[in-house]
Amino acid sequence: MNFEPSEEQKAIVAQVRRFVREEIVPLEDKLDPDASELPEDERTRLVDKVKAMGLYGLDIPAEFGGPGIDMSTRVLLAIEMGQHRAGLYVPCYGVFGAAGLAQLYEATDEQKEKYLHPMLRGEKRAFFGLTEPSGGSDPARAIRTRAVKTNEGWTINGSKVFISGADKADFGLVFARTDPEKGRGGVTCFIVETSWPGFHVRRIVHTLRSSHYATELAFDDLKVPHSAVLGEVNKGFAIANERLSRQRIPYAAQCLGPAYKAHELAIDYAKQRETFGAKLASRQAIQWMLVDNEIDLRQATLMCLAAAGKCDAREPFRMEAGLAKLVASEAAGRVVDRSMQIFGGYGMTKDFPFERWYRELRIRRVGEGPNEVQRHVVARDLLGDSLR
Amino acid sequence: MAIRMTKPWTPLTSENVKKLPGQLGVFQLADDAGKVVFIGFAGGRSLFGVRSELEKALAELPAGATQFRVEINQQYTTRYQELLMVHVYDHGGIPAGNVGKPLPRLGRLSPV
Repeated sequence: MNFEPSEEQKAIVAQVRRFVREEIVPLEDKLDPDASELPEDERTRLVDKVKAMGLYGLDIPAEFGGPGIDMSTRVLLAIEMGQHRAGLYVPCYGVFGAAGLAQLYEATDEQKEKYLHPMLRGEKRAFFGLTEPSGGSDPARAIRTRAVKTNEGWTINGSKVFISGADKADFGLVFARTDPEKGRGGVTCFIVETSWPGFHVRRIVHTLRSSHYATELAFDDLKVPHSAVLGEVNKGFAIANERLSRQRIPYAAQCLGPAYKAHELAIDYAKQRETFGAKLASRQAIQWMLVDNEIDLRQATLMCLAAAGKCDAREPFRMEAGLAKLVASEAAGRVVDRSMQIFGGYGMTKDFPFERWYRELRIRRVGEGPNEVQRHVVARDLLGDSLR
Repeated sequence: MAIRMTKPWTPLTSENVKKLPGQLGVFQLADDAGKVVFIGFAGGRSLFGVRSELEKALAELPAGATQFRVEINQQYTTRYQELLMVHVYDHGGIPAGNVGKPLPRLGRLSPV
């Protein structure tokens, strides 16, 4: 497998690197350290620049108007786009556009017209409602939200938790149990509009990621039409699962953006900072931390590219995506931690971005499937039937 | 943590503001009747946290503000948004003193 970027990939990466360093970082210096939005005029200006670069809507498939970037290039760009304070969760403050809910690419023409196209144009916002108070790692079994068929459609009752953006969304995907007898074969995905009676955002869930909150939702006799079913009845889990595996690869690579930046800052600082009459860089303790950073970053990058390569080659990549996610999220946490240590007291302050990366990276070991679940999935692929 | 701030109000005077800590957090200003007229926060760029922000409020007093209460909170960004959203839910709009000022994009809450 060849991991050397092509000339075209190198050119795109260089372009995005310049954009982050010349446009995003100087702006960020004026924002609150926990900011996750740009002022509207700056956002509009930067979106126009990204469109001129031909990179707007990075994750949107070419047939829906995106630039049609392959997964390997997407990994390289994710690493570049994350190299600023907000870069882990809000790479470039979203000015490269969002793909929204990829599950809607499988929608009917009518659903695409009503939901997908307005979402891709940025006119409608959406949320993804899978996790419930009863669990998120095993949604096929944990889903207790019930949808009961009626003459007019379906009636949904239940709740969801840790749902991002539901309070600002126009609609979302809600996974509900439609057959209590069948585990993963009894879940259906519904498109739910947030203005429909019975839909409630009950509270904000504050987390370590203090720049952003999740929400808790309640559905009280929420009535949805038959046309709100996405895909087929009782086949909602497959819709959720397939796209989640794919999203895991850029999710893994995004962890590495802040880690690369932290490492770069730590190297620069070690070359300048003196203690007891010598530069930090001359101390073996510091050198070894930097070498360990380098090892972590290279290993994790290769794992992400290996997963992306399989995805691009249309080969099965579930195991590689899981491995990339768990290795990258753990490696990035270690790199930021060591870099903070090299920075000493300054590393703990809000004057520098380390503290935000440190807090937010902790979440990455749980988000998109906890690393223990990734290990479980890999073990299942390795051991197969012998686990039964 | 309760979704609404419930601490007692303190008179908005220079002496009381001077006693505040330099930590990050959120605050509310109210009129004599306890009606909230402004919601603000002290973020990572505040010189002396809530103390600095309340000093600013004293210098540019929102109409009617005579009392304040603060909540020390590292999650000042999301808590600030939550307080604004709850205010919209309870009163149908943002506090008068926040009108015309830069605001984050607010969502809709319907707390029980």
